Amino acid sequence: MPLLISWVALALYTLLAGADFGAGFWQLTAGPGAHGRRLRDHAHHAMAPVWEANHVWLVLVLTVMWTAYPTVFGSVCSTLAIPIFLAAIGIVLRGLCYAVQSATEEPAERRFIDTAFALSSILTPFMLGTVIGGIASGRVPVGNAAGDMVTSWVNPTSLVSGCLAVAVGAYLAAVFLAADARRHPGSGPLERAFRGRALIAGVAAGVLALVGLAVLAGDAPRILAGLSSGWGLAAAAVSAVGGVGSLVLVLLRRFEPARIAAGVAVAAILAGWAAAQRPYLLPGLTLGDAAADSATLWAVVISVLLGLVVLAPSLALLFRLSLAGHLDPDPGAPVRHATLGPDAVRPRWAGRVGLACFLVGLVLLTLADAGVAHVFGVIALAGAGLAIFTAVGPDEVAAKSSRVFVRERR
Amino acid sequence: MRAQEYLDQARQLQALSLAVHIPLVCFGIAFPSMVLFAESRFLRTGDEIYRALARRWSKVMLTLFAVGVVTGTILTFEFGLLWPDFVSAFGNVFGLGFALEGFSFFLEAIFIGIYVYGWDRLSARAHFLSGIPIAVAGVVGALMVIAVNGWMNHPQGFQLDAQGRVVDIDPVRALFANTYFWHELVHMYLAAFMVTGFVLAGAYAFGRLRGRWGRYERTALAVPLAAASVAAPLQVLVGDWAARDVATEEPIKLAALEGLAQTTAGAPEHLLGFYTAGQVRYGIEIPRLLSLLSFHNPNAVVRGLDTVPVTDQPPVNVVRFAFQTMVGIGTLLALLAVVFLVVRWRRGRLPNSRRFYQLLVVAGPLAYVAMIAGWVTTEVGRQPWVVYGVMRTGAAVTGATGIPVGYGVLAGTYALLAAAVCWTLRRLAKVPMPTGAVHPLTGVGAG
Repeated sequence: MPLLISWVALALYTLLAGADFGAGFWQLTAGPGAHGRRLRDHAHHAMAPVWEANHVWLVLVLTVMWTAYPTVFGSVCSTLAIPIFLAAIGIVLRGLCYAVQSATEEPAERRFIDTAFALSSILTPFMLGTVIGGIASGRVPVGNAAGDMVTSWVNPTSLVSGCLAVAVGAYLAAVFLAADARRHPGSGPLERAFRGRALIAGVAAGVLALVGLAVLAGDAPRILAGLSSGWGLAAAAVSAVGGVGSLVLVLLRRFEPARIAAGVAVAAILAGWAAAQRPYLLPGLTLGDAAADSATLWAVVISVLLGLVVLAPSLALLFRLSLAGHLDPDPGAPVRHATLGPDAVRPRWAGRVGLACFLVGLVLLTLADAGVAHVFGVIALAGAGLAIFTAVGPDEVAAKSSRVFVRERR
Repeated sequence: MRAQEYLDQARQLQALSLAVHIPLVCFGIAFPSMVLFAESRFLRTGDEIYRALARRWSKVMLTLFAVGVVTGTILTFEFGLLWPDFVSAFGNVFGLGFALEGFSFFLEAIFIGIYVYGWDRLSARAHFLSGIPIAVAGVVGALMVIAVNGWMNHPQGFQLDAQGRVVDIDPVRALFANTYFWHELVHMYLAAFMVTGFVLAGAYAFGRLRGRWGRYERTALAVPLAAASVAAPLQVLVGDWAARDVATEEPIKLAALEGLAQTTAGAPEHLLGFYTAGQVRYGIEIPRLLSLLSFHNPNAVVRGLDTVPVTDQPPVNVVRFAFQTMVGIGTLLALLAVVFLVVRWRRGRLPNSRRFYQLLVVAGPLAYVAMIAGWVTTEVGRQPWVVYGVMRTGAAVTGATGIPVGYGVLAGTYALLAAAVCWTLRRLAKVPMPTGAVHPLTGVGAG
């Protein structure tokens, strides 16, 4: 069950952050001039409000994995330390680029940031892809750094899955951005540009998937066998149909259904991998052996379900606002502002209450020894904090003019 | 043993990553409340100056959050990259805390996107409401992470069988029925307000010293200064509570941070000085104070370092120096806060003296130093254990090679990160004030 959660989170990460990485990839190929600038801005504006939420899926995968399958996590992270570290560096650079981007409009600086962003957007999915390839081809034995530090990720399966991860991201992003371009008036060139890119990336991803199958035959026959029978075969078939179908839909400019078909195709690749990988997570380590205690598994499942209750509506809200263009820059019509009302008068008693709460907290937290007294002591101190802050009234005190150090003025 | 070879580098790498991430966490905990306070003043009064303030701050908040997201991800990776055996052995005990933290992180990411990109697009009230989950999630996330740290200091919720395997795991009890982490949480929460408040106020104090002192700047200084000034005196009480919990639950840590070699009845407290050959040299001794502070009894027996073998003792001077740094700076900041509160109370205005603003400029970095010193105290004070009394840090470290290379690369990346953040914040500060940020009645605007 937690494996299912991890898988769903991984699939969502691949789809959402994959598109995000892909958007970065297209920054690199946008070309110079005003047209390139428009392509880059479009890719950036579509992703900026949502990239953090997309990224957190990875954190969820990692934390669920280390809670539910700690041995697997420890073994994978120690043997595959190099690609994981490089992926992490890529993530840092990407985040940094998002943070810095808001501060500048100068073309030269933007150019530089865009390039750094694009390169890190290629580095991260490639490295994560090699990690999956290393696990899939059985190169990560159980234990602390028990596998080879280099060949565990520099091998045919890893290289193909790394390239596939980049291509898939680029494809997803292009389809998404082509669909998204339609929201803006006069976006014909944008839509055409991303449609062309989608076709190229889609074909590339398809070819890479086929190459991957050939590589698996020599490098990871167990996975290939899993993919050619049972659920693995079904997933592979769904992926092929979804992939081809979405390409056809892109050709027909039906971007909305193309987006869904592309997502299905990508999710099916991951499903096929998961099905073919069963029942071993790592060589000799089955799912049952790897799993944590049932108490922990239940705690994870329950907390994830509870978390989803809060998370799902929030995510839905974010994507609804984002897709409807409510989070775009340069607003059409400014929202009506509240009318000017009277300022709240600070309650005169705030200071005294704050002091009283502080004294109660002092007695209960500092002088008393009982645990219960400490609880109420902390509550009293919280009250003191709020009351004293109210009594200070920083907005009110700031409204009064105050001496300026004239000497220092230019 | 190959693993031990890289232990020190791995620990330094971890410490570096934490020192970069924790100040961003402080802003994650405390900054949203301040932004929302400013916006709530706008909602109440319709005064554009508050809106301009909240809006400009929210951009800073987003920048710092973005950096916090990625530095936090590095920490997540480092669990596996540096301490795979810690995760392998105990991931099923403590991991739940991080899974839950992931969710609060998620909510923070979602709503910060809505909040910062939703100015002008959402109605004023909806926009304000979209900011509340950011503040809540920041606190909940800190709670989860500190629950794990509390567990590392005071492990429970599992048994070790005859082969040393972890069995009978109850992750909920391990993390949340732990009496030990509450003082850490409250301590960190207040520290977050002190760091955020003093750093922000310090930035505007710097501006004031250069003559930037309109109503906008005064408000931008007063809000964080008030928050930090409320938190700093309270922190003194909470810190004392934390020390008493350490005295009962982690006596060796207490002995290390006080430099107490032998178990002593009526133990004295030493200020300053350094620890060598079983005693504190050149310190100011205050008789019986340690017993009184730790156990509310001037004659209480305080356990010394000698109750455990030397191999189980933390490095005394590091812990002690860090502890004294934290306490010393914390006390100075509390005094500065009291000065502000008294001036506000007696004179009804902000302090006028130039000296006060000079001190305020220094207070921000000092608050950061104090917080890091506090974390050094608790983390190094737990050594040589990663899970107190159960697993040694040396047994948790990765067997992977190349840690020094990773160290260099990451240090370089962080240097780049710091430079880029400074550059971004300077750029954001130079964006001209919106013309609307002038009081529509009085005409007083941003200076």
